[in-house]
Amino acid sequence: MKEFINTGNKDTRSGFGAGLLEAGRQDERVMALTADLKGSVKMDAFAAEFPERFVQCGIAESNMIGVAAGLAITGKIPFAGSFAEFITGRVYDQLRQEVAYGHTNVKIASSHAGITLGEDGATHQTMEDIALMRALPGMCVIVPCDYNQTKNATIAAAKYEGPVYLRFGRPSVPNFTPEDEPFEIGKTYILNEGVDVSIIACGHLVWEALEAARILEEKHNVRAEVLNVATIKPLDEKTLAESLEKTGCAVIAEEHNLAGGLSEAVAGWAARHKPCPMEFVCGEDRFGQSGTPAELLKAYGLDAENIANKALEAIGRK
Amino acid sequence: MSDIQNLQKIASQVRRDIVRMVCIAKSGHPGGSLGITDVMTALYFHEMHHDPKTWTRQAVGQDAFVLSAGHLAPVYYSVLARSGYFPISELATLRKFGSRLQGHPCVTDHLPGIFKPSGSLGQGLSVAAGMALGKKLSGDNGRVYVLCGDGESEEGQIWEAAMWAPHHKVDNLIAFTDWNGQQIDGPTSSITGIDNLPDKWASFGWDVIEADGHDFESILQAFELAHSQNGRPKMILFKTEMGHGVDFMAGTHKWHGKAPSQQECEAALAQLEETLGDF
Repeated sequence: MKEFINTGNKDTRSGFGAGLLEAGRQDERVMALTADLKGSVKMDAFAAEFPERFVQCGIAESNMIGVAAGLAITGKIPFAGSFAEFITGRVYDQLRQEVAYGHTNVKIASSHAGITLGEDGATHQTMEDIALMRALPGMCVIVPCDYNQTKNATIAAAKYEGPVYLRFGRPSVPNFTPEDEPFEIGKTYILNEGVDVSIIACGHLVWEALEAARILEEKHNVRAEVLNVATIKPLDEKTLAESLEKTGCAVIAEEHNLAGGLSEAVAGWAARHKPCPMEFVCGEDRFGQSGTPAELLKAYGLDAENIANKALEAIGRK
Repeated sequence: MSDIQNLQKIASQVRRDIVRMVCIAKSGHPGGSLGITDVMTALYFHEMHHDPKTWTRQAVGQDAFVLSAGHLAPVYYSVLARSGYFPISELATLRKFGSRLQGHPCVTDHLPGIFKPSGSLGQGLSVAAGMALGKKLSGDNGRVYVLCGDGESEEGQIWEAAMWAPHHKVDNLIAFTDWNGQQIDGPTSSITGIDNLPDKWASFGWDVIEADGHDFESILQAFELAHSQNGRPKMILFKTEMGHGVDFMAGTHKWHGKAPSQQECEAALAQLEETLGDF
């Protein structure tokens, strides 16, 4: 299979910080807001270079979303950043009324998403945010897979007219996508071509999907196609259809619970247009817990080994 | 005719609009709208620098008004139509299927004059504060006005915004509260005791102005006082009476969300002079 080179582990939130700085240099309308988490969501460099365009909101996320909507109404391009749980679940009604229903050009910068936030435990780990954001009419949902892609997705989000939910994380993970590849919103990227099974993944699990494809090839003589669904909404139906037409089965992997995530997004579409055997690698109906990211991913089955096993199951059901 | 007589004339017509809109719709919120009619009339026909002909949602170079308490939609729609944002005939479509005049205001159908949706309470002050900061950063001298309810001020987000705005020195933000002492379940004093609003707002660092929301001289003076560019946002607390102008609706929360029958509508209209022609 195609070889992917990890140029060194990096956190995706730092990719956001780099992208935000670049977007800020490209367009003076770009602003950054945070709720007492400037360092955690990597807004330090932006705030240092553009102090007037950085807005500290304190530990008051609801007000921050409203202020961001107000800034957007006057023509600014605000990125409001916090931990994924506090910028979705805590402010769902604000995002619904002022951002989605209000059609404001607000970018939700959602850091520390998923279970890999790690040691802080389940209060801070959200595995439900994609479901909430997908449910909002008109909300674009982007889940990039590594540092480079998060940086490029941030730049693309700034140029996109409309509400965007941009999800990234805390742990250092392999950085392997091209450094300067412009991010295309709405595109699913085919990382490896195959014919036996489609591995459809997003976020941190894309690297695990590539690892799974390697295991499948080396140990089982299975050629897996690996798709990086970096934009979950709108879904790249054409690319998915072409892949499923070829492979006839899929395993979907995400760091999110089954309810409302990438798995149900793809399955819901496929049930109508491309029904085929599918297996899911995702969180079940339960909360996370404290632990290192690696411990948690293994304990919840969100790893290459499980993806490979599920792929074999899907192939067996063809 | 003096300016104040003119405002009184408009206010009477706006009150007729409110009663007739809600009666035709057979649902809606007449009480609060009648109570804040004089303030909203003064705002749109005296205080604000705005031009319906060149209006855009960005409101560059113009003042902007944000309704936070979205159930006050009837008075909002009436003053917008009477200002020339859209035809007054459209007021007859309030709450009807396919109407731009949704039960609570929205931007989906691009109704001119509307900046944001409102309905879920407690959110408008934050949005207005963001707009005020946006205008300042863009070098736009326009002011941003926002109407909150006293009952609405039980929402925690109001106080998040109350903390944020003075810290960020948005002195082009003029908030005002419809201080009628009523909410759905009864007098505010019987619900949570939100009543000591002057001290609350002053302690958060706002310039607090108290005024009589049914005396145009008092209303205009309050707005005038709110113009100072002193680094602090302004909160005008307008003492109002819910249902003001219609004797059987006045001073009670019972008409918060209830439409008058045809007979009640006629009884109400008999108390309100038709000054500018009904829609």
